Amino acid sequence: MSIRPIDAMAIPLKSAHFLIFLLLVSNIFTPIISLGSTIDQEREEFYEELLLRPLPDRKVLAHFHFQSTAPSSNSNGRHHHLFPKAISQLVQKFQIKEMELSFTQGRWNYELWGGFDPISSSNAKPPGVELWAVFDVPQDQVDATWKNLTHTLSGLFCASINFLESSTMYSAPQWSFRPATGNIRYGMLPREAVCTENLTPWLKLLPCRDKDGLSALMDRPSIYKSFYHSQRLHLTSNKSGPEGMNPGIILEQTLTVVLQPNSQRTSVTYSGEKNVQPSWSLSSIFGRKVSGRCVLAKSSNVYLQLERGLVAELKKNKNNGVGNIASEGFWSGTGFELSVRPDKVFEEENSSHRRGSSVLFEFSIDKYSDSQPFDLGLKWKFPVTWSSEPAPLHASRFLMGSGNERGAIAILLKSADLNDASLGTCSSSNGYKFRVDVFQVVPWYVKVYYHTLQLFVNGQPKAVGDVIETIHVSPSKDKISPGVMEMVLQFPCDVKSAALTLEFDKGFLHIDEYPPDANQGFDIPSAAISFPNFYTSLLFPGNCSVDKSPMLSKFQEKNPVLSYTEVLLVPLTTPDFSMPYNVITITCTVFALYFGSLLNVLRRRVDEEERLLKSKAGKTTPLSGLLSKLSAKLRGRPQETPQSPSNSSSLISSKLLLKVFLVAVLAVAWQYYFG
Amino acid sequence: MQTREESKHQRKIKRGGFWRWVIASVFFRLILIYFPHNLFLSFRPEVSTPVTSLRRLAEGYWLKQASMSPYAGSMYHGSPLLPSVLGSLTVKRIEGHPDHVFCSLLFVIADIVSNRRYSNQLAIGITYILASGDFAALVYFWNPFTIVACVGLSTSPMENLFIILTIYGACTRVVPLAALGWAMASHLSLYPAILIIPVILLLGYGLDAPPRKLFLQKGFYKIGDNSSSNIHCEQEKMINQSKPRIIFSWRPVMLFFFWTTLWSLYLLVLCGMSVKQYSSLWEMFQRTYGFILIVEDMSPDIAVLWYFFAEVFDFFRNFFLIVFHMNILFMILPLAIRPSHWPCFFAFVYIAISSMLKSYPSVGDSALYLGLLVLFLDELADMQFSFFIFCGYVGVSLLSPVMHNLWIWRGTGNANFYFATAIAYACLQIILVVESVSAMLNHDRKLRKLSVANLLDGKS
Repeated sequence: MSIRPIDAMAIPLKSAHFLIFLLLVSNIFTPIISLGSTIDQEREEFYEELLLRPLPDRKVLAHFHFQSTAPSSNSNGRHHHLFPKAISQLVQKFQIKEMELSFTQGRWNYELWGGFDPISSSNAKPPGVELWAVFDVPQDQVDATWKNLTHTLSGLFCASINFLESSTMYSAPQWSFRPATGNIRYGMLPREAVCTENLTPWLKLLPCRDKDGLSALMDRPSIYKSFYHSQRLHLTSNKSGPEGMNPGIILEQTLTVVLQPNSQRTSVTYSGEKNVQPSWSLSSIFGRKVSGRCVLAKSSNVYLQLERGLVAELKKNKNNGVGNIASEGFWSGTGFELSVRPDKVFEEENSSHRRGSSVLFEFSIDKYSDSQPFDLGLKWKFPVTWSSEPAPLHASRFLMGSGNERGAIAILLKSADLNDASLGTCSSSNGYKFRVDVFQVVPWYVKVYYHTLQLFVNGQPKAVGDVIETIHVSPSKDKISPGVMEMVLQFPCDVKSAALTLEFDKGFLHIDEYPPDANQGFDIPSAAISFPNFYTSLLFPGNCSVDKSPMLSKFQEKNPVLSYTEVLLVPLTTPDFSMPYNVITITCTVFALYFGSLLNVLRRRVDEEERLLKSKAGKTTPLSGLLSKLSAKLRGRPQETPQSPSNSSSLISSKLLLKVFLVAVLAVAWQYYFG
Repeated sequence: MQTREESKHQRKIKRGGFWRWVIASVFFRLILIYFPHNLFLSFRPEVSTPVTSLRRLAEGYWLKQASMSPYAGSMYHGSPLLPSVLGSLTVKRIEGHPDHVFCSLLFVIADIVSNRRYSNQLAIGITYILASGDFAALVYFWNPFTIVACVGLSTSPMENLFIILTIYGACTRVVPLAALGWAMASHLSLYPAILIIPVILLLGYGLDAPPRKLFLQKGFYKIGDNSSSNIHCEQEKMINQSKPRIIFSWRPVMLFFFWTTLWSLYLLVLCGMSVKQYSSLWEMFQRTYGFILIVEDMSPDIAVLWYFFAEVFDFFRNFFLIVFHMNILFMILPLAIRPSHWPCFFAFVYIAISSMLKSYPSVGDSALYLGLLVLFLDELADMQFSFFIFCGYVGVSLLSPVMHNLWIWRGTGNANFYFATAIAYACLQIILVVESVSAMLNHDRKLRKLSVANLLDGKS
C-alpha cells in the first residue's frame, strides 16, 4: 500500500480539473451536447437504467443498473466528481483488478424465472454475501490484501464481511469459477442477513443517492418484502488498458428485485383463471413514481423486456401474422397495453433460438419532471401463460442420509426440455459433448471423502473417469482451510439427468466455535454450476443507442450460463454447552484416580509393613497400640513412645517445604521464560 | 515313558482342539465380512479412529493417485506406507462393490499371525501351564473386540500384530524381529515406542523369574548354614544377595539398538521415498505424530479426551495436553523399578495404560491387552474385582453404542450420556490395571514367601 505522490502531477491536474468542471457544467445545462471522443474518454460518467420484465408466475422483475466510470487515476489524481471516492481508494489501495460483492436475500427460482438470460446468470446470486476479487499483487501478498479488503468492505457496507477474513471462509478457485485468473479469492457468507443498512451505503455510492432519478424508486418496504432481491457491486479496473478497454475504473451497481405486484384487477376479471397476469404500474409495485432523471446521469432509461416465450405466445394469440413485432403498433397491440408510449422498440437478433426473440421497449425519462412523473403501467388484455427459458440443465443440490455422524451431498442435474432451443450447439453426431463445470466449496467441518465420488448418468452408475474430464480438489484442513472441488464434466448430448454424490463425515467442533444458535445447523455455501458451451447474450441490431447503454452492452456480452445451487443446511451434533466445568473436573478426577491408585499400589511394600507391624506387636498388640495412639491424640497429650513423632513431623514438614519451594521456583521460572 | 507318551498324546489332542477353534473363528470372521457393508462396523467410532480408519486411508490413497500428498487436507493421519500397501485394495469398483473384502482378509491374516505368536509365547515358558499360551491366543482370537476390529476395517490389527511381534521377538530373543516390530509399531501409532523399556529389560534380564528363584535358593543354602531364627532377616539378606547376581546382558540390548536404528532408518528411507514427490518427512511427522499428540480431532470415541478438549477453555488446552501425555510417561519409572523382573507384565501394563490414555483409542487396543492379560492368568488368579470388571466391560460395550445412537442418530440423548459411558470405561480400565499390578505384586510376594518357607521346611 503505497500512496502515490501527487506533487508530480499537480500541474496537469489543475488544468484537467478546470476542463472537467467545464464539461460538467456544460453537461448539466445542455444535456444533448455531443463532445469529441477524445475528451469523452477522460470524463467520469454515470448511467442509470431500469429493466422491467414480467415473469411467468405473475411477478415482475425489476433490474436497476447504475454504472459509474472513472478514467485512470493519472489524469485527475485522487479527486473525483461523480465517481465515489471510497471505491477509487479501495481500488488503488488493494490493487483490485476485478471485484464483485453481492448481498442477496431469497433464492432465484431458476425454473420459473429463467436460467438462460444474462440477468439470471450474472445477477442471480446465492443467498447471503458473495465476494470475489482478483488482485494485481504478487502471489504471496494476495491473502493479506484479501484480509484487508474484507475489513474495508465490511466497514463500507455495514455487513459482517470481515468474517471472510478467516482462512476457513475463503478459497482460491483455480479455473472453474472465473477462467484464466491466478490471484482470485472467493468467499461466501450464506447466512448473512441483508437489510436496509446494507442498501443505504450502497446507494451512497450513487451520485444522486436515492433522492433523484431512477434510484428514487427504491422504496425500502417494497424492496424488502420482495421475493428475491440482490444488490450487487461489480468493479473493474484497468490500469493501462492493454486489452483495448478504456483505462480506468468501471463501477457497476445493480439491484435485482422480484416483486409481486398488488393484484390490480383489470376491468374484465377472469375469476376462473389463477394464472391471470396482474396488471401493474411502477407506482403500484414500488409505491413511487419517477419524477425525472438524475441530472448527473449521462443517460437515464427505463426498459421493458418481453421474454422470448412471451413474445412467441403473443404472436400466436395475435394470429394476424404480422411479421414485424417491433413495429410501432405492437406496443398497443392485442395482448397488452402500455400506459406510456415507448421511445424505441428493439427486437432481438435471433440467431440460435428458435423460440422467438425477445422485445425491448425503451423509455427515455429525460422529458419527465415533478409535475409530470413517469409511471409506466402494463395492462394485460387477456390471460397469457408462457414459460421462461431454463438453463440447459437444472441444477439442484441436496443432502442424503440421516443422523449427525455422516451424510452425503448430491448434486442433481436435470435436463430441461432442450428439444428445440439450445441443443444446436450440442450435436452428438460429431462426437461433441456437453460440458458442465462444477465449483463447490465446503467448510472444513464437513469432511468430504473425495474418493467416494459417484456419478450417475441417466440413472446408471458411470465410472468417474468416463465423465470427469478434469478434477481439481484441494481437501479441507481442519480449522485452516475449506475444501474446494472444481470439476469439468463431459456428458453425452442426450443426457436426461446426471447425479453426483459425495460422502462426508460431520465434524465436531470446540464449544467456542459453535454459533449462538448451534442447533440451527451450519450452511454449506452454494455450488456454482456453469455451462461453458452455452452463452447468454441478447443481441440487438447494431444500433448506436444500444451501444451506448451499458446495461444492454452488458447483455450482449458472451458469458457462459451460470447457475447457483441451493444452500445446504447441515445440522451438526452439539456437545453440552452448559457444563464444561463438570467435564473438566470429572475427567481430571478420573486421571487423578488412575495416577494416585497406581502409584499407591506400586509404592506400598506389604512385606515391610507386615514386618513393622509384627515388630511392634512384640511390644504391644497392634490394636491396643492403635487405640492408645488414638486416645492420646484425643486427649491432646503426646504419646509416650520411644520415637518422638515431633521429630518425624518436622522432617516431613521440612521436606514438604522443600517441595513447595521447588515447585514455586519451577513455576516462577516457567512464568519468566514462557509466560 | 508311558506317561510321557500320554502327555504328548494329550497335548496333541489339545493342539487339535486349538486349531479347530482357530479355524472356526476364521470362518466366523469370513462370514461376518460377507455381510453387506460389513454391518456398518467400519463407521463405528469404537472401531475406527481418525488414525486407524480405513476410509481415511482410502481417501489418502485417492489423493495420492490424484498426485497430491496423502496428507493434503486433514483426512489421513497414518503411515505413508500404508496407502501403497493397502491402498489398491480399497478402491471401489464401478458396481459399487467394495474391494474391502481383500483388506479384511489381510486383517484376518494379521490376526492369525498374531494368534500364532501368542501361542508361541507359551513355548518359551513364560507360563507354567502349557495351555496358557494357547488359551491366550484363543481368547485374543475369539474376543469380540478383536473380531469387531478385524471385521470393522481399521488398521489396528496391523498395529497389534507388530506389537505382538515385538514382545515375541524379545521373549524369544530374536533381536531383529523385536527391533522390526518395535520400529513398525511405533511408526504406525507412536505409543508402542514406550515398549522399548520392557523390551530392553526382556532382552537384558531374560524372561521372568525362574533363574532368579534358582539364585534365591542357592543363596539360601549358603546362608542356611548359619542357622538363624529370624526368617525376615534371612529373607532380606537373600534378596539383597540375589540382586547383584541377576546379570544384565548388554549384548542383545546393544544388538537390539543396532537393529532398531537399522530398521528405523530403513523405514524412514521408505517413507521419505513415498512422500518425496508431494511433501517432506517433516510434514509426515506433523500429520501423524503431531495429530496424535495435539488432539485435533474431537469426534467422539471411547476415550475421554475428545469431550474434554471440546469443552476445555482454549488457553488451558496446552497445559492439559502436557499433563495427559505426561501421565503416560510418569509411570515408566515406578513400573520399571517395581515389577522389573516381569518385563512381559510391564509391557502388558504399558499397553493397557497407553490404550486407556491414548488420544484416539479403539476396541482393537483393548483387545490386545485383554489377550495379553490371559497370559498372566496364573499369576492374576486372585485378582480382586475380576467379576466386577468383566461385568463392567460387558455393560459398557453394550451401553456405549446405545448412548451413541441416542445422541448422534436419534438426537434424543445428550453428549453427557455418551461421555458417561466413556468415563465408566476409563474407570474400568484403571481398576483393571491397578488391580492387576497389585495382584502381581502380591503374587510375587507370596512366591517369595513360599519359597522361603519351603526351604525352611526342607531344612528343618
